[in-house]
Amino acid sequence: MEVPILKQGHYLIASIQSALTDADLSQLREALIERVGKFRARGVIVDVTALDVMDSFAVRTLRDIAHMARLRGAETVIVGIQPEVAFAMVQLGLTLKGVSTALDLEEGLLFLDQQAKLRVERGSGRIDRG
Amino acid sequence: MAAKGKDPTPLQDPLAQPESTAALLRELVSHLRQNRTQLREEWARRITRAQLLTAMTEEEIFAEATSVYDNYVEALETGTFEALQAYARNLSERIIPRGVETHEVVGIVLLLRDVLARSLFGKYHEDFDKLNRILDAYEPAANRIANTVAVGFVQERERIIRQQQEAIRELSTPVLQVRERLLILPIIGVIDPQRARQLTEQLLRAIRTNRAKVVVIDITGVAAMDSNVANHLVQTVEASRLLGATVIVTGLSPEIAQTLVTIGVDLSEMATVGDLQGGIEEAERLLGYKVVPLEEPAQKA
Repeated sequence: MEVPILKQGHYLIASIQSALTDADLSQLREALIERVGKFRARGVIVDVTALDVMDSFAVRTLRDIAHMARLRGAETVIVGIQPEVAFAMVQLGLTLKGVSTALDLEEGLLFLDQQAKLRVERGSGRIDRG
Repeated sequence: MAAKGKDPTPLQDPLAQPESTAALLRELVSHLRQNRTQLREEWARRITRAQLLTAMTEEEIFAEATSVYDNYVEALETGTFEALQAYARNLSERIIPRGVETHEVVGIVLLLRDVLARSLFGKYHEDFDKLNRILDAYEPAANRIANTVAVGFVQERERIIRQQQEAIRELSTPVLQVRERLLILPIIGVIDPQRARQLTEQLLRAIRTNRAKVVVIDITGVAAMDSNVANHLVQTVEASRLLGATVIVTGLSPEIAQTLVTIGVDLSEMATVGDLQGGIEEAERLLGYKVVPLEEPAQKA
């Protein structure tokens, strides 16, 4: 089951539609990393709104995606984690430490925009968080 | 062969097989139906004499007594108890809010059992053998009926209590929106694991519904916290972050601060501010708000 990956400006958006097998998750990771390089993406959004459960492999894969993307110059945001899923995750000790999260796609895009602005400002030697 | 001191009724065939339980029950049910009016009245009288169902008026008692009586007899007749169970729960749902207690319900059912048993003594007192057989058929069924009604009542009470407990729990941890994207969760009192869990679920749902970006959890009103609850708090903070919200915890007493440090809770992910006011100010800052006083009206001394 291949996850559709859309390109929006400098961002890649992967929208997970249904439960994924371990193989699907690995394939998603490979596809995203490849495209980050191919399109020189600055941000990746993985939308997990449709997922009712997330096991340790899924969480690890999302962490891997974030780390690999950062190595290639892109910021990752995981969006759409459902309340029940978040609750189960913390109870099982599955953390997404070090990985940015946002409520939904809209918030995720806003976050990436803010991050991009920060980078520009830092680059120009001026840090102003107003 | 006639039993001692007894005249065989002319209709009885001495060679007939003893009646089956089913036949006995049929006979008994028919007797109860024929004497329905007077038995029901006798029962209602005894209920009043025993000072049961004082929360209800005489008319109400009579109306319910009629239903109970009919359901009782029907259960005896059919030998099935589902209808009775459903009726018992339905009845309980109606009378529990009126303040009727368990001992009253058990009491009236046992009174009915007695009234009917006495009436059977009255009818069959001349045929001790038959009386015994009738009672053999009656007693297990009557006991089962009393049991069914009492259990139905108690189950309904337990259901209502659980419902009320749930309502109290929800009311006691309100999640409040004080600004766009800013929620406050003031916690007061004792947090047990169940309340902590309910609190977390409520908060996460509220974060999603209100699209909150910052949550201030105020624990000024929490007296003490053990390691379990502290962990729940940390989990709540983590789970909130997964939904994209930042949590600020305010109002930690010195004792609780000590507890958290002692048990080694990971505080790196938890932002804390001394009091609620400070927490709200920090939250507003994070959201990009700035609070400025309105211009003072010109006041020349």
